[in-house]
Amino acid sequence: MLSRTAGLLYWIGRYVERADFTARLIEATIRLDALPARGAEGEAWLSALAVAASTGSFEKSGEPETPAAIGRFLALSAANPSSIRSCLDAARSNARAVRTALTREAWESINRSWLDLRKRSGAAGIQGLLALADSVKAESRGFEGALHRMLRNEAHWFLRLGAAIERADNTARLLDVKYHLLLPKGARVGGPLDRDQWTTILQVVSAVTAYRWIYPEGLKPWLIADLLIWRREMPRSLAACVSEVVEMLTEIGGVTGRQGEADRQARIRQAELLRVSGQELFQAGLHEFLADFITENATMDRAIATQFRFG
Amino acid sequence: MKPARAFDEIRGTEADGARPEFTALAKWLDNTPAAELSRRQQEAEAAFHRLGITFAVYGDEAASERIIPFDIVPRILTAAEWDRLSAGLEQRVRAINAFLGDLYGPRKILDDGIIPAELVLSNPQFRVQMAGARPPHDVWCHIAGIDMVRTGPDEFFVLEDNARTPSGVSYMLENREAMLRLCPELFEMFPVRPVDIYPDALHATLRSVAPACAARSPVCVLLSPGHHNSAFYEHSFLADNIGIELVEGSDLEVDDDIVWMLTIEGRVRVDVIYRRIDDDFLDPLSFRPDSLLGVPGLMSAYLAGNVTLVNAPGTGIADDKAIYSYMPEIVRYYSGSDAILPNVETYRCREPDALKYTLDNLDELVVKLVDGSGGYGMLVGPTASRDEIEKFRAALAAEPHRYIAQPTLALSTVPTLTESGVAPRHVDLRPFVLTGAQDVTIVPGGLTRVALREGSLVVNSSQGGGTKDSLVLAGRRDEAVEH
Repeated sequence: MLSRTAGLLYWIGRYVERADFTARLIEATIRLDALPARGAEGEAWLSALAVAASTGSFEKSGEPETPAAIGRFLALSAANPSSIRSCLDAARSNARAVRTALTREAWESINRSWLDLRKRSGAAGIQGLLALADSVKAESRGFEGALHRMLRNEAHWFLRLGAAIERADNTARLLDVKYHLLLPKGARVGGPLDRDQWTTILQVVSAVTAYRWIYPEGLKPWLIADLLIWRREMPRSLAACVSEVVEMLTEIGGVTGRQGEADRQARIRQAELLRVSGQELFQAGLHEFLADFITENATMDRAIATQFRFG
Repeated sequence: MKPARAFDEIRGTEADGARPEFTALAKWLDNTPAAELSRRQQEAEAAFHRLGITFAVYGDEAASERIIPFDIVPRILTAAEWDRLSAGLEQRVRAINAFLGDLYGPRKILDDGIIPAELVLSNPQFRVQMAGARPPHDVWCHIAGIDMVRTGPDEFFVLEDNARTPSGVSYMLENREAMLRLCPELFEMFPVRPVDIYPDALHATLRSVAPACAARSPVCVLLSPGHHNSAFYEHSFLADNIGIELVEGSDLEVDDDIVWMLTIEGRVRVDVIYRRIDDDFLDPLSFRPDSLLGVPGLMSAYLAGNVTLVNAPGTGIADDKAIYSYMPEIVRYYSGSDAILPNVETYRCREPDALKYTLDNLDELVVKLVDGSGGYGMLVGPTASRDEIEKFRAALAAEPHRYIAQPTLALSTVPTLTESGVAPRHVDLRPFVLTGAQDVTIVPGGLTRVALREGSLVVNSSQGGGTKDSLVLAGRRDEAVEH
């Protein structure tokens, strides 16, 4: 496989995953903002910007800090490189360039979500955003389905590798920002929090029911962290994503007959993550842990690009 | 000279009905309500959008990605018509290859005074870099698209030769797919010869022309300018269907005159490059130094005989419109017999008499830039405004050598679905001719382009033209026609 093709596929995986996550984030924020016991006016939307790592670019856009403006910025703004629209534009542009490596189904699902978003580019108001988020989620499920039916070859593995790296980043950001923005100043991490807010976080990652299955004792912040960090059966947990990265790299190495720095780093991360206990983590500080994780994830991303020469 | 009422390929010239072999098709057309045809056509176009079968329109930002309009009514050629056409096409393309080998070699045709030497040697399409070069297996133009027009039952003319990187073959294949799905009854009515052998035929052609030093199973790639190019869909479609890598310039590197492609497993040696980028952009070291699309050192590897370029650099001299006017002489010179397919009569404005005639008859002629394409830089006298005619008059007077003129032909029509029902529209036909080391292969079919505007003679997609499926019928002996 061409190095350039590998890079484009990897980024398709990242972009589709990011579009899906942003759609979920918008949906959750709309819910958070509608809670009777919500925080300060517009706080939910500002935290959504922080989760999406878009606070700075939003400030630069000069838009007013209203829910509608932030929602549009996250969903549709061409000025926001992480908006759903920008992600789908980039995913489709990449997909066009690697048509030969995709199945017709996979291409069609990306193209369809792109065409659909163009139709909705005038989406106004909360209802419009909800409908948009729904359709983006549905299309990304379609893409995952198409991915599942693809031949298990390099193309498949690079798409999943990108998705796994992106998903790890998203989950870490979600956990991190919620901890800091939703906690009243001075409150202890792990202290009492409004259960509705935690439920909403679980909703972002489609894990409300999963949580109840695994933890019969009810909603506890440290258990939510446990679920989203260590539970391998939870596909969005950091542990699951890190294992997926190792697995995909191993598959690719099996075909190319080469392993390298990316493989080495991925294995180290997997081992380290399993080594840390919950108690240690909470003592050292969850925020520090997550910030380190996000940095390591970016290092991992660069190691992959270097190893396969698409950096 | 006002063009007479055009010959309709399905309904004939007579008012009294279809040509006998097409009674069934005419009946199908009459019996299928326009609304039903329209529904099927929309379904086909929706599928094209979904698949992303789009092309870019230069200079039109708002509609930077469009599909070429597809017309549901097919164009049909009988076995006898096709046999004559394909014999003529093979003769012509063989002559083009001989001509190119001669021009870049001994130049006998110039010595014999068949063509004025300065027309070739001072032509920007003549690539001095290729002088003295011999491409592997002496094939220059591996893939040719010959634009044909028709004015009557037996009157076919070659309008243009495309000997560089002709496009459109993906539409031949995708239009057939759409027709098989949407109008299966037509394929029961007629024994239609398949076109889906094209990708395999192309692959065989590419492999056959690999350099002698290539591996037993040569590595072929398709070199595209990238996904912003207007024909990118076709590039990816072909690479996919042939089963070869679709590469861009940055995926290739030349090391010691060997071409490599960069893969996740390391470097892989490349033997044959089906390039869909123009000569000018192939190699910044040999052609335009500002090209970012090409591969530095590619020409050196090519001239060292380590890689085959399909088509060879320099084939543009053979489809130059000034050279075109000499094509009957060229065919006779190399094949020893008269051209089976005639040219359209052509006035070379570089010659004073022809220029005078052209200037005196601008409102009746079609005037073209010798190096223009895609319907740009072209005057269609009978439908042009006063202003346009005067603009061309000035341009002609200033640089006559850049133009040719041709009579306005009464191009044949094919019934076409329009907003006001089925009506005749003018068409042309571009069959594709493959030349390998041993054989010439012509897939029975081609790209039929249709001018969707009433009365318009310009079929180019960049000028609002559409496409149709082109059915070539099997001979009666091949398959029973009766139904």
